[in-house]
Amino acid sequence: MASLPPIDLPTGATGKGSFDAPSAGAPDPVRFDYLLRLGDDSLILGQRLSEWCGHGPVLEVDLSLANLSLDLIGQATHLLEEAGDGDKLAFHRDVLDFRNCWLVEQPNGDFARTMARHFLFSTWQHMLFDRLTRSSDRFLVEFASKAVKEVAYHRELSAEWVIRLGDGTEESARRMAEGLDWNWRFVPELFEVDETLQALIDRGIAPDPREFEDEYRSAIAAVLAEAKLEVPADQRPILGGRRGHHSEHLGHLLAVVQFLPRTYPDATW
Amino acid sequence: MYTTELSKTAKIQNLEDPKLLEAFEARVAADEFIEPKDWMPEAYRRTLTRQISQHAHSEIVGMLPEGNWITRAPSLRRKAILLAKVQDEAGHGLYLYCAAETLGTSREEMIEALHSGKAKYSTIFNYPTLTWADIGAIGWLVDGAAIMNQVPLQRTSYGPYARAMVRVCKEESFHQRQGYEIMIAMANGTPEQKRMAQDALNRWWWPSLMMFGPPDEDSPNTAQSMRWRIKRETNDELRQKFVDITVPQADFLGLKVPDAALEWNEEKGGYDFGVVDWEEFYSVVRGKALSRRNAWRPAARPGKTAPGSATLPLRMKRSAARGRPREP
Repeated sequence: MASLPPIDLPTGATGKGSFDAPSAGAPDPVRFDYLLRLGDDSLILGQRLSEWCGHGPVLEVDLSLANLSLDLIGQATHLLEEAGDGDKLAFHRDVLDFRNCWLVEQPNGDFARTMARHFLFSTWQHMLFDRLTRSSDRFLVEFASKAVKEVAYHRELSAEWVIRLGDGTEESARRMAEGLDWNWRFVPELFEVDETLQALIDRGIAPDPREFEDEYRSAIAAVLAEAKLEVPADQRPILGGRRGHHSEHLGHLLAVVQFLPRTYPDATW
Repeated sequence: MYTTELSKTAKIQNLEDPKLLEAFEARVAADEFIEPKDWMPEAYRRTLTRQISQHAHSEIVGMLPEGNWITRAPSLRRKAILLAKVQDEAGHGLYLYCAAETLGTSREEMIEALHSGKAKYSTIFNYPTLTWADIGAIGWLVDGAAIMNQVPLQRTSYGPYARAMVRVCKEESFHQRQGYEIMIAMANGTPEQKRMAQDALNRWWWPSLMMFGPPDEDSPNTAQSMRWRIKRETNDELRQKFVDITVPQADFLGLKVPDAALEWNEEKGGYDFGVVDWEEFYSVVRGKALSRRNAWRPAARPGKTAPGSATLPLRMKRSAARGRPREP
């Protein structure tokens, strides 16, 4: 997959971000950045999944999507509270200061695309959190020890749906293949190691994702084989989320999320 | 949530075997539970199927007005609570569809009746949620009215319905508290928040009173339903109880109940209150509402399917491919 040059903006274009409240005073800006990366992944994906509530294709699916979303919003709350004022971080940052990957901010599409996204993300998140339980950072160990169990379930549930839809009807297989294809270009970003992440790896805080990339690709391929689906063709990878360069979708998502606290800055809810 | 009794056409058939009917009525009168495999009069089965399925539909459609604010909840805590709360309503729908299925109608048939407009749901869910205070008002008033309706149903004569209500009531009681907690924050907040809170009360008060159904004299099914212990208290009795409990709660918030006729009546030990606009109620029943929730659901539109529904081979080609799917 590394054969295609990634789409990315020059790193210098982003700088350190303009959100100065907690980061300026943060004793450990690199760790702070990592908490945002993890927390924003969970927050944005939790928000996306919550859009399904009341609109699931059947009642049981509606319930399970809400469960996934609740787990993710819970994770985001722990991580952002550890980084600073959780609500302030969630509701008062703009696009350039969000550190989530591109994959999680992608629109839901149909149910198949939502599940394809969740499968690609939660398989990665599960492998990551499993390793985070051995981090040198005590908070992250405690956090990951709980969250890894939740994410194991996310991974299993989404893999079930990939198989069920892939090896289902002609239409369900087509939709799942399209969903995987849509999301596939955002996978390489999950394994990108930039300067910040390298520093965290060196300190034993963050696992090195490159170490489990092969395991990830094998796990994905195994599920797709069971689903009778092809592994999508490699596309030009898209990078930049960890530095605040996102798809246009994130701005719209944040406009919805942040509407009330932004409109009534003096209010307590 | 709760469904009001909307059908006025149910006629009691006296074509049943008199001996079986007599034994049935004796059991009901002795407060025994009727179970799915027990003999029951057809009219009892029909009335219950209608009531439980309308109740289930109300839970499901009731997810939409509150779901409207999940993505815009103003804090992480509020977002998680609201999502869990709306998810609970889906769970209630599920228990209730299961309870109704024990009477011999499948969930597919019930959903089909909802989508075609043949089956009704509580009219309250056709009102739009305009501000965050509406989320507080729904929990406080709508779930409050639902609890008032549902607590007696824990002793309703049909076993599966009564047992579903036990769990539903526990959750609804939490829902009401979360709604009231939102109202407390709003009523003690900025002038804009207070305005939203008062406006929400103004808009949700009368529809909440309508949730108890038509006045007793216009509720032809009540007598038979009470006799069969499907219902345990009349619409007007429950409505009075609700007003008596809720008015002091509004006072505590410093909000004004939008009823000029509202006055404490020492003699009866309860409030006198104004007359509900039943014209409005029936016009909403007939679909002349601001929001028509069943029309919102894509599956209800002819020729369209719910997003993703066509992709769901629910009867799995390969069940348990990777272990049994877990319950949500």
